[in-house]
Amino acid sequence: MDARIPAGPLDDKWTDYKGHCKLVNPANKRKLEVIIIGTGLAGASAAASLGELGYKVKAFCFQDSPRRAHSIAAQGGINAAKNYQNDGDSVFRLFYDTIKGGDYRAREANVHRLAEVSANIIDQCVAQGVPFAREYGGLLSNRSFGGTQVQRTFYAAGQTGQQLLIGAYQALERQVALGNVKMYSRHEMLEVVIIDGKTRGIIARNLVTGELERHFGHAVLLCSGGYGNVFYLSTNAMGSNVTAAWKAHKAGAYFGNPCFTQIHPTCIPVSGDHQSKLTLMSESLRNDGRIWVPKKQGDNRRPNEIPEEERDYYLERRYPAFGNLVPRDVASRAAKERCDAGYGVGSSKQAVYLDYAAAIERYGKIEAGKQGNDNVGKDEIIKMGKEVVKEKYGNLFDMYEKITGENPYEVPMRIYPAVHYTMGGLWVDYELMTTVPGLYALGEANFSDHGANRLGASALMQGLADGYFVIPYTIGNYLADEIRTAPIPTSHPAFEAAEKSVSDRLNTLMNIKGKQTVESLHKRLGKIMWDKCGMARNKQGLEEAIKEIQQLKKEFWSDVKIPGGINELNPELDKAGRVADFIELGELMCKDALEREESCGGHFREESQSEDGEALRHDDRFMYVAAWEYKGDHNWQLHKEELVYDVVKPSTRSYK
Amino acid sequence: MEHYNMNLTLKVWRQKNQSDRGQFETYKVSNISSEMSFLEMFDVLNEELIQEGKDPIAFDHDCREGICGMCSMYIDGKPHGPWQENTTCQLHMRAFKDGDTITVEPWRANAFPVLKDLVTDRTAFDRIIQAGGFISVNTGNAVDANALPIEKAKADDAFAAAACIGCGACVAACKNSSALLFVGAKVAHLGLLPQGEPERKERVLNMVAQMDKEGFGACTSTGACEATCPKGISISNINRLNKEYLVASLVSEK
Amino acid sequence: MRLLAFVPYFCSDFLTHNLVSMTWKQVFTSSVGRKLTMGLTGIFLILFLVVHAGLNACIWANDGGVMFNKAAHFMGATIVIRILEIGLFVFIFIHIIQGLILEASNRSKRGTPYAVNYGNRGSKWYSRSMGLLGTLVLLFLILHWIHFWIPSRFTGTPEVTYDNKTYHDLFTLMKEIFAELWVVIVYVLGCISLGYHLAHGFQSAFRSLGVHNKKYNNMLTSLGYGFAVIVPLAFAMMPVSMYLGWVS
Repeated sequence: MDARIPAGPLDDKWTDYKGHCKLVNPANKRKLEVIIIGTGLAGASAAASLGELGYKVKAFCFQDSPRRAHSIAAQGGINAAKNYQNDGDSVFRLFYDTIKGGDYRAREANVHRLAEVSANIIDQCVAQGVPFAREYGGLLSNRSFGGTQVQRTFYAAGQTGQQLLIGAYQALERQVALGNVKMYSRHEMLEVVIIDGKTRGIIARNLVTGELERHFGHAVLLCSGGYGNVFYLSTNAMGSNVTAAWKAHKAGAYFGNPCFTQIHPTCIPVSGDHQSKLTLMSESLRNDGRIWVPKKQGDNRRPNEIPEEERDYYLERRYPAFGNLVPRDVASRAAKERCDAGYGVGSSKQAVYLDYAAAIERYGKIEAGKQGNDNVGKDEIIKMGKEVVKEKYGNLFDMYEKITGENPYEVPMRIYPAVHYTMGGLWVDYELMTTVPGLYALGEANFSDHGANRLGASALMQGLADGYFVIPYTIGNYLADEIRTAPIPTSHPAFEAAEKSVSDRLNTLMNIKGKQTVESLHKRLGKIMWDKCGMARNKQGLEEAIKEIQQLKKEFWSDVKIPGGINELNPELDKAGRVADFIELGELMCKDALEREESCGGHFREESQSEDGEALRHDDRFMYVAAWEYKGDHNWQLHKEELVYDVVKPSTRSYK
Repeated sequence: MEHYNMNLTLKVWRQKNQSDRGQFETYKVSNISSEMSFLEMFDVLNEELIQEGKDPIAFDHDCREGICGMCSMYIDGKPHGPWQENTTCQLHMRAFKDGDTITVEPWRANAFPVLKDLVTDRTAFDRIIQAGGFISVNTGNAVDANALPIEKAKADDAFAAAACIGCGACVAACKNSSALLFVGAKVAHLGLLPQGEPERKERVLNMVAQMDKEGFGACTSTGACEATCPKGISISNINRLNKEYLVASLVSEK
Repeated sequence: MRLLAFVPYFCSDFLTHNLVSMTWKQVFTSSVGRKLTMGLTGIFLILFLVVHAGLNACIWANDGGVMFNKAAHFMGATIVIRILEIGLFVFIFIHIIQGLILEASNRSKRGTPYAVNYGNRGSKWYSRSMGLLGTLVLLFLILHWIHFWIPSRFTGTPEVTYDNKTYHDLFTLMKEIFAELWVVIVYVLGCISLGYHLAHGFQSAFRSLGVHNKKYNNMLTSLGYGFAVIVPLAFAMMPVSMYLGWVS
């Protein structure tokens, strides 16, 4: 596997690349067409930037507006090596933290580039009018996030993703108004068209009319996000799917590290079988909240009735150095461990407490101190403390109360880990190109920057880095050689064949007319994945899962029931196509997890742990990116991209 | 929180496509848990409809955590249902009790035509943004983010206006189907920031012109938009737009 | 600003990204321009109400209408006031026409109506009923003109002489007209309509003019409610006082 990483010292690679990559002159840019799938942070920023450069861009999203993409739901913030706080941050530190956080399974050159451009992202967003939080002096405010030792996270209350996406969306709509970008909303990409080994377009379905459309492009950018919905329940949006990436994979793009999934520790627990999705509570809650379970198994008392000495603050106990701020994967596994051992709380017993009582009291005392008043009663202190907590986390507390009906100012919140992000994705080289020429993957859809575990506030950074600052350079390097390629008419046999395969598949799906609903099959897939390829995995479970998924696939293709018709707005049919792809992906994820006989980051193999239950990496055998090539039904070939660490020395992560 | 189960009667607007006239259909759902979200109740109903060989009810939804702005049901006469500052997807069934009859309609406005059942076309909002809801700054043109300090109060107000999720509940609630809260929030968000200053005048004129062209009504300050907005966007943003419009038109040379 | 009334309203056909300039035409036709004119004319009419109410309050001087008739004469006799009167009619006319167009246009935007209405949960009934309240006020106004304005300008009123000067005896005219119970009831109802119209209109006018500061908005809202109660109440008390013989 050749990642085409530029030669030279790590610090200079990106600068050198930019200085030497090929350029396309403005007159030629007007003739080059680029297709972008997805309008989240990566897609919208890429569409806007490429439109500004003068390329002819077509952007597609399945939602009714590009502004709905799920980047909008990111709460916490975005990292950038600005060092505005003078606390010792630098490009190198952000790079190092990301590599270490990713448990040494990410590519050094990509991550360094990410850290380099991070500062530009903040500048760009502020210029677009993104209302980041500010201090009284009018300058930008930062907070620390996800256990980093510097304050490098920029935020807009608990709605950072929304504000960044609206910024990118507005830049995109400006290009639409200028005629540089044509927007196709309520459209779903269902096939990649490859002609003479190069990506030349897509087949998209208009989700309102059901019509299939052929679109030519000199290059296609997949910015279609992650595939967490393979688990059925996740914090992803209901529509988030792997379909575009999966079509690309089946057309020849390798899939990188599919088993690397991030399970976020602070989500609202499942309340029953009806549950359709899980809601994340920002990780920032762990900055002040304390996580605990009762010391007694199956303790059914109300949380406020359990005295202090009968509570087990298990994160503080196990990881005294980092306490409640250990990375996401560690915190998630520790919660699962306690619940599996029978200490879980709530009616489902699949939850732990996140308690703000101590923080409320602490803040209350600080407030009382500010007022110079030493004789404040306890009630008054708690009242003042609640005010402070409300100021900092009010919107999250409100959200919790809306969903659960409980008041988190009075009763500890119940939380449980949930699938949140997928580090894996389409394998891309340094230029973000997949193994198919002219086919790119950006943002969460690619595998590149987060290794085996993503740090908090880094997803927004990566999406925008790829779209605003990486692809505008790297795509030119490819398109410079395409200026002589005239647009290929969509009557070309390759387009015809691709459209036929899509329409055959749709017809097949509609004609099964079985008994099981798409939703019920998706739920079953999710259960297999969560039980056997979730927070902890083992050989036996994974082997079983593969068999079960293969069986499920048979059932799906022989017994699925889809109402309505093809040529109409038919959400069930849309969903069926997505679930069919999830089923195939699920098998590959299990295969990848089976192959990787080590524990690293979000991937925990029970066979590979230390005596005290911590993850055990095997750098000698697994320091590579697993890039899977699709070879046919249930058949994949593994390619390995060895990871070379020139600058960072891999060590064992320790948060004790 | 104690939970309970309930049986409900739903009156739901069904419309095959944009040209169909549409009508209400009545459905019974039983054993609905108070812990379900309103859309999960619809999921349950749709599963039943599919099993019975009927067409499930089409409705827009995506993030189901109150931020994407896609969900859009007009429930018992109020956009997004009975709770304050809430979206349809975050409405939970404990807002209802056993035996209730709930009427569910799509957003009603000529500018938001119904595509199917409860799904409407809200691309008019995108076109209003295209008319001027942005700051013209190409990628790479930006100065250092801290080069221009912004008064905290103004930054906070801009953020409060920028919290709009573009769901269209303001239009659905307004007796005039006016989109002025949506437009006002964007004009205020960008107008309050120094970065938005250069395009301030043309922004407000162009966005209002586009809003009128899309077929939204005029604002008569009834306040229904503010009362229904899931993000609590203040009607003072409309007043601010009025001021910007007045100033922009007075100083316009044409 | 340039008067482009003769040019067809073509701005909507521009490319959306072009600067659309604000022509006079737009002041009267764009949604925001329309309510701007409603607000401006409304505030003028509010000012007129203050003058009108102040003048009419003279009937309570209990001097047999001398002060009132003299004040009314003053209003009718100066050229400045006569010019303002023309302005008043123009503004009333714009306010009515613009209001009716706005109401009709707004009503056409919904398409299929809702089966269940939002009702009073999000707004006040009188805020939603400005068209209806305005129409009621207009009907009342027509009656009022027939009663007082037309006689004093055209058909003639009783006359009275103070200090060798002849005056219109509007006071006596009032006594005659308000001797009829139904007239008093219609006037009281008219004033109630006016009160509700003002309860929304007063503060809304300032909003339309762009007052967005919370402090001022709160102040104007309170002031508006006060105005909407006191002024119509003062007007309503006039026929009632006359009918019940509280003034002599």
